[in-house]
Amino acid sequence: MQIKELVIISGKGGTGKTSIAASFAALARNKVTVDCDVDAANMHIVMNHDIQRKKGFKGGKEAYVDPDLCTGCGTCFDHCRYNAVKMIDKLGKDKAFIEDISCEGCGVCVEFCPEGAVTLIQQTSGEWYISNSSFGPFIHARLGIAQENSGKLVTLLRLNSRILAKENDCELIIIDGSPGIGCPVIASITASSMVLAVTEPTLSGIHDLERIVELVKGFKTIPLTVCINKYDINIEITKEIEKYCAANKLCIVGSLPYDYLVTKAQIAGVSVVEYTGARIALSIKKMWRKIYYSLIQ
Amino acid sequence: MIIAVASGKGGTGKTTVSTNLTYVIDEDVCLVDLDVEEPNCHIFLKPEFEYSENVGIPIPEVDIDACDFCGECGKFCEFSAIISLKNKILTFPDLCHGCGGCALVCPKKAIIEVKKNIGTVEKGRSGNIDFIHGRLNIGEAMSPPMIRETKKHIETGQLTVIDAPPGTSCPVIEAVKGADYIILVTEPTPFGLNDLALTVEMLQKLKKPFGIVVNRSTPDCRSVHDFCLDSGIRLLAEITNDRKIAEVYSRGELVVEQVPGYIEVFKRIYREVLDDIDKKIDNNIFRIKE
Repeated sequence: MQIKELVIISGKGGTGKTSIAASFAALARNKVTVDCDVDAANMHIVMNHDIQRKKGFKGGKEAYVDPDLCTGCGTCFDHCRYNAVKMIDKLGKDKAFIEDISCEGCGVCVEFCPEGAVTLIQQTSGEWYISNSSFGPFIHARLGIAQENSGKLVTLLRLNSRILAKENDCELIIIDGSPGIGCPVIASITASSMVLAVTEPTLSGIHDLERIVELVKGFKTIPLTVCINKYDINIEITKEIEKYCAANKLCIVGSLPYDYLVTKAQIAGVSVVEYTGARIALSIKKMWRKIYYSLIQ
Repeated sequence: MIIAVASGKGGTGKTTVSTNLTYVIDEDVCLVDLDVEEPNCHIFLKPEFEYSENVGIPIPEVDIDACDFCGECGKFCEFSAIISLKNKILTFPDLCHGCGGCALVCPKKAIIEVKKNIGTVEKGRSGNIDFIHGRLNIGEAMSPPMIRETKKHIETGQLTVIDAPPGTSCPVIEAVKGADYIILVTEPTPFGLNDLALTVEMLQKLKKPFGIVVNRSTPDCRSVHDFCLDSGIRLLAEITNDRKIAEVYSRGELVVEQVPGYIEVFKRIYREVLDDIDKKIDNNIFRIKE
């Protein structure tokens, strides 16, 4: 059995990715759910879950200067392209000090320090979890504050979700992605089976949708579908999005009305489809059915 | 002075706050959109661009005739962006952080650095506002170098408002690093609160002064207010949940221009920010005296 991976992304933040992904998790049978928005993970709030396993995530490295060996010659300062080296240390002495938030861990300072005073130290930059949720296995993470390598963590989560899916005979993996078009987004959609882009009828929404469409097109083989969330906020722009999608041969799998029930579900800590049977929930169910059948085809 | 507008969660109203705030400031002011993955401020301020510059990051290029495949470059690179095989060198520009190490360690001096285009900086004016934004090329994974290059165009001393990208990792840190004060925009929902707490933790780690604006405020969910009270963070302002704002936003227009009463709301945010900055500076002086 081939495992299918559905990734929900949006370009613009706050269009409703997580609410939709959590509802899909509630509706789909036999799947693993993954929260790949590791920068600002939210899905756990609306997924009733128990953490089963907790693991550290080793991200990048950071340079550290041994103050006993440093002579303050400034070679590292001259070579660092990230302005991470300060030539005054915490005690106010004329020694190199590396600011962890600016250090990229490239190792140039280590290589060229004449005293051998600099070393790269592997950082634990987050934690990730395998949980049991009311909707099956759930993988999520917490990237440490001010940490890098979110793309690497996303790749790690996806790798483990595939292992977990095999172990549990799951046919489907549902992935909640992050906003933007950068490194965690690219890591989320690489080699997936289908991408759902959630947009909203605002000029910013269209602008960001166009950029995300370009990005996914770059992957050539990944089918892209679109959901217009809160379509009734501006009907005119909704029509524009529909025109844009038609011109670019993109299938709009659902148009969801604006509904405060979505926020209420969030406050109650459950997905929209669990919280209510109202029109918004029916629209999500209809959309899910469309996606599911085109995924298993 | 640089004021950055940030939020952990996307879509809470960063761009609404930064554009409208800049608009009501009666001084020489510059708006810098550093959400380079999805820049949106230009939609609202409609600047006339006068200047554009391609941004490149250095990546290695190997002179294969000079190379003896010793493998030092590949051994050095922490990001596996250059790999030395028996008679061939592979480079992976997407993984390269542009540190220049491979060129430096090459004993044959066979590596030179060339620029790889990653995006564009554009500058212009909208009324009395100076406008700068960075635009990352689609398919480019790394936004921090793009943010860094865009920031270089900020004029020292000019009052500057930055629209930061969402999140709590490298891009947002790069965007707020040089700021004197940060306005955190949040919404009163569990997602908003969760991400707010993460962002607060980040700013405390960076030792930056900040205050909070609650957008789409409703009486239903007071958890963000409780959070501010409990942690002693200044609540700068609340913007009520008003469908009119959502409509104006959807059309790419400024709330302060379209909805009566909001000029005062945003002017008050600016006054609150200045007041909070003054108080925090006073406190610092007090602490030093002690």
